[in-house]
Amino acid sequence: MSTETLEQPVVKKQAEPLFSKRRRKFVMDPLDDDNPVTIQVLGICSALAVTVKMEPTLIMSIAVVFVIVFSNLATSLIRNLIPGRVRIIVQLGVIATLVTVVSEILKAYNYEMYKVLGAFVGLIITNCIVMGRLEAFAMGNKPWDSVLDGLGSGFGYAWVILTVAFFRELLGSGTVFDYPVFEKIGLTHIQNNGLMVDSIGAFMVLALIIWVQRTRNGYVEH
Amino acid sequence: MQRSNTYILVFTAIMTVIIGGILSFTSQVLGPAQKKSIELDTKTQILSAVMNINKKEDVLGIYKKSIKSMVVDINGDVITKDKKGNPIVAEQVDLVKNYKMKPADREYPVYEYKNPSDTSKVEAYILPVYGAGLWNAIYGYVALESDLNTIKGVSFGHVSETPGLGARIATKEIEDRYKGKTIFDNKGDLVSVTMQKGEKKDPALFGPHQVDGMSGATLTGRGLNAMLKNYLGDYEAFIKKNQQHQ
Repeated sequence: MSTETLEQPVVKKQAEPLFSKRRRKFVMDPLDDDNPVTIQVLGICSALAVTVKMEPTLIMSIAVVFVIVFSNLATSLIRNLIPGRVRIIVQLGVIATLVTVVSEILKAYNYEMYKVLGAFVGLIITNCIVMGRLEAFAMGNKPWDSVLDGLGSGFGYAWVILTVAFFRELLGSGTVFDYPVFEKIGLTHIQNNGLMVDSIGAFMVLALIIWVQRTRNGYVEH
Repeated sequence: MQRSNTYILVFTAIMTVIIGGILSFTSQVLGPAQKKSIELDTKTQILSAVMNINKKEDVLGIYKKSIKSMVVDINGDVITKDKKGNPIVAEQVDLVKNYKMKPADREYPVYEYKNPSDTSKVEAYILPVYGAGLWNAIYGYVALESDLNTIKGVSFGHVSETPGLGARIATKEIEDRYKGKTIFDNKGDLVSVTMQKGEKKDPALFGPHQVDGMSGATLTGRGLNAMLKNYLGDYEAFIKKNQQHQ
């Protein structure tokens, strides 16, 4: 089947609203019921590594959302041109390019964060969420749907690591965005918990989030 | 969908060209801004050995007013040209590259800090140091008072020491422990400053050449000690020369 016959019927149909129910699902699902981190358990490595403080975590979230949205878009645009046998390499090329661009921008305009995140921004290339979305979604769906799907997965990842970072920074360093919370409300006797600064702390917070979420949603292992 | 090999080859070739184009364009456009960021970062680190730097302060302005930089060799003599005859700029000396060379071949930057309100005398000499921590490189700047013996302040950094343990070397808490320590003993021999094992949290327990350790980070501490001893040793000729001048 050639590409023309595939696309033709869609043109004749009435245009689907930009945020139809079907499309809203692309964004909403990964936020909760199909969260890439807590349900699919992807992207754990960076979720552990960058969540010591809020600020680097926020930058990392933005970087991942950017990369996932635009690589989804780019891949979706050329999906019918990509030869099946080299598709993984093509996807990797798209992701690696975007990640390098992000890393270069960071180096130019926020060098401090570049020093903190350096290696981990580069590792977005191997972030299973990005690769997973390209292979599972963008290769078979239209550009706008893919952008929405990218936004969903990106923010699904972002809220989880930001929550982890919030608790780790608060309990591990007594601050939030480097603002000394405990000190300002007069709780000076609270000791920082060293465990939270270590990756073990991330495992624990993440596990608790997964526990709470799965209990609430009644998740059953398939 | 099966495509011919020719199609695949042409496709990948075109994609490579496009990606290469995007990347080199980005690198070209952002190059100057990156250079500026790195310069700002280096100068902030140098200055933070002698003062508290606030993020919003005009670091480049303060630096220009108060720092005079030069490069010396292992004998303490000022050098202005490298082996190929190119002029050397202290701020651009690559510490990593120099670290891999023999101490005698290295270029050693020296930053003289003068208080802008009184430029008649050097208030501190800031010396860069570089070494190996537990996992990866550690580095820093040591500021010596005008007597070239008492430590005015230090600023340390690291690539990937353990958070909460070895990574503490880059915190104010640890850096402040070095303030006021001396690197020469009574006989004038270089003894450097050694971080002890264990953590007692009582400054009174430590002599002029010792600082309190970091609990759980003895190996990073050892790296720190070796780094200071090696580099202060390399700078010894320069230090001795300038002490005599006074």
